[in-house]
Amino acid sequence: MKKGLHPLVMIALVAMVTLAGRALPTWTLSLATIAASNALIALGIVVLARTGNVSFGQGLFFAAGGYGVALIANTWGLTDAVAQVIVGAACGGLLGLVIGPLIARYSGIFFGMLTLALSMVFYGALVKSTALGGSDGFNVGRPSLFGMSFTDPREADFMLYAVSVIVTGFAGIAATILFRSEFGLASLAVRENNLRVEYLGLSANRIISINFLIAAIFAGASGAFALMAQRHIDPQFAYWTTSGEFVFVAVLAGNQSVAAVFVASMALELVRSFSNLYLPNTWQLVLGVFLLGVILFLPRGIGSLWIRDRHRRRHISATPPLTAERGAAP
Amino acid sequence: MNFFLTIILDGLIQASWLFIVALGLTLVFGVLKILNIAHGSFYALGAYIAATVVTMVAARSLPPSVGFVAMLISVALIASAVGLLLERGLLKMFYGRDEVVLLLVTYAVFLILEDVTKLIWGVNPIYATQPYELFGNLEFAGLYYVGYDLVLIPISAVIGFAIWFGLNRTVIGKIVLAVIHNEEMSVSMGVRVNRVYAVAFAFGVLLAALAGALTAPKISMQPGLSSDVIILSFAIVVIGGLGSVEGAAVGAILVGLARAASVHLMPQAELFMIYLIMAAVLMFRPEGLFKRETARRI
Repeated sequence: MKKGLHPLVMIALVAMVTLAGRALPTWTLSLATIAASNALIALGIVVLARTGNVSFGQGLFFAAGGYGVALIANTWGLTDAVAQVIVGAACGGLLGLVIGPLIARYSGIFFGMLTLALSMVFYGALVKSTALGGSDGFNVGRPSLFGMSFTDPREADFMLYAVSVIVTGFAGIAATILFRSEFGLASLAVRENNLRVEYLGLSANRIISINFLIAAIFAGASGAFALMAQRHIDPQFAYWTTSGEFVFVAVLAGNQSVAAVFVASMALELVRSFSNLYLPNTWQLVLGVFLLGVILFLPRGIGSLWIRDRHRRRHISATPPLTAERGAAP
Repeated sequence: MNFFLTIILDGLIQASWLFIVALGLTLVFGVLKILNIAHGSFYALGAYIAATVVTMVAARSLPPSVGFVAMLISVALIASAVGLLLERGLLKMFYGRDEVVLLLVTYAVFLILEDVTKLIWGVNPIYATQPYELFGNLEFAGLYYVGYDLVLIPISAVIGFAIWFGLNRTVIGKIVLAVIHNEEMSVSMGVRVNRVYAVAFAFGVLLAALAGALTAPKISMQPGLSSDVIILSFAIVVIGGLGSVEGAAVGAILVGLARAASVHLMPQAELFMIYLIMAAVLMFRPEGLFKRETARRI
């Protein structure tokens, strides 16, 4: 991690990618928007996974962000894209603040099950709430930016693309800084052996809670983007297969590199749209085979393709990709 | 009074097939320590195969009882083969990896099977209602029930008892229990753990597929079936305690009753109720209502 990019270089990269959107054809633009939004939530899962816990219920915060934004947009007419992202992040974050400390005690499979259960509770509640449109959901208007409204669909698409790439980019930079910080290294230590972390005077629960909160904030913001891109929301946001897809991106990316999350997310969206186009009803098949291949041949994700040599010594100790070794956690 | 009886009977009917599914899930977790997301897909696979067989039998204008027996036999054969193949061909490669990694592997299998069923049987709902009339209609305390539904209750009770008996009162069962409790020790005592793994997984697949076959005449088979079923059976095994047969029974009855009650009293609150119970159980008794003797690390 010492040889990582300087944050200023990363900011320049984000700016370049944003401007490149001007040259992209329209269909890639909306694809890239979804990919950036999914990358944001997957990034949250990676942040959390560094503590050894995989959340199978990020759909909960995704839906909380989406519904929060949609309700505020429809009642108070808040259409500003940036404000919507902030609202989404706040909704996800508030929920994460409540839930995080409660489930920080769990690890491994129980952590996954509990997050899944909570997201399914939310799904069940959403389906039955007729005020929120039940299982059909409801529509919201087109987002604006700083008082400008976009009538040309191409301009609107680019605006959304720009906002999502910039927000996700900055989240990525923040995550990189976090990973290199003392706190980020302590998170890794929790994954390796949380008992020793406690002996060193740190609170493993607190570390997990904070990482959980970060993941929830990212998920909420990602929900806001998904809402703006689709201009429609329904309980499917909270369904477990939605969460599963985000975990998929995180596994594909591995926890070595932030850039890998973006690459993985974009790869997934490309695979999805091409198999939708040419092989209908098989994209889950492709996805499944892809996932098996990654787990089998790239256990540390596609990030390990270009960060192979940096941690020679950790190769031996850190082969399990996302979580602590079995039985290491009491 | 009748109202409550309806709920209880409906709940038990639900619980009967849910129990068979959950039994497979809990058995696979107990032996292989894999939380099998693809379990719901095996249920769907069983249901689809049963529908095909039933339709084939009906097309030859044979009586529905033949169809019923034929579907059970063919599902049992195909499911065991699929289970053995998957365990030997795929899961074996991931043993020793983390529990969560294995969870993701089964998630991949779920994704693959989801599309395989779509490719084979299409996306339109298919039906296999012929065996449903097999047992006629029965009157029970002033309520009319389809005989087939009521027959499911003793069938699942028999299956549950057979598994309990097999595990606790036979040599093979004792060996399986030994593997569940301590794999390393079993190996050193000469147990062929690999074989136990393969058989246990195939048996888990068999149970899920059998439950699918048994419910096939009651429902319409369409995509999304597997993800609904896995979500219910997850709730059951977590409520009852992962790896516990008694727990699966209690969990199935609780979930069945909760489903029936919410259908009658508060429609659509169904999933909400079930998952609320599951979250509450996880919060206060993470090891499930039935704590196993081997204290698992949470």
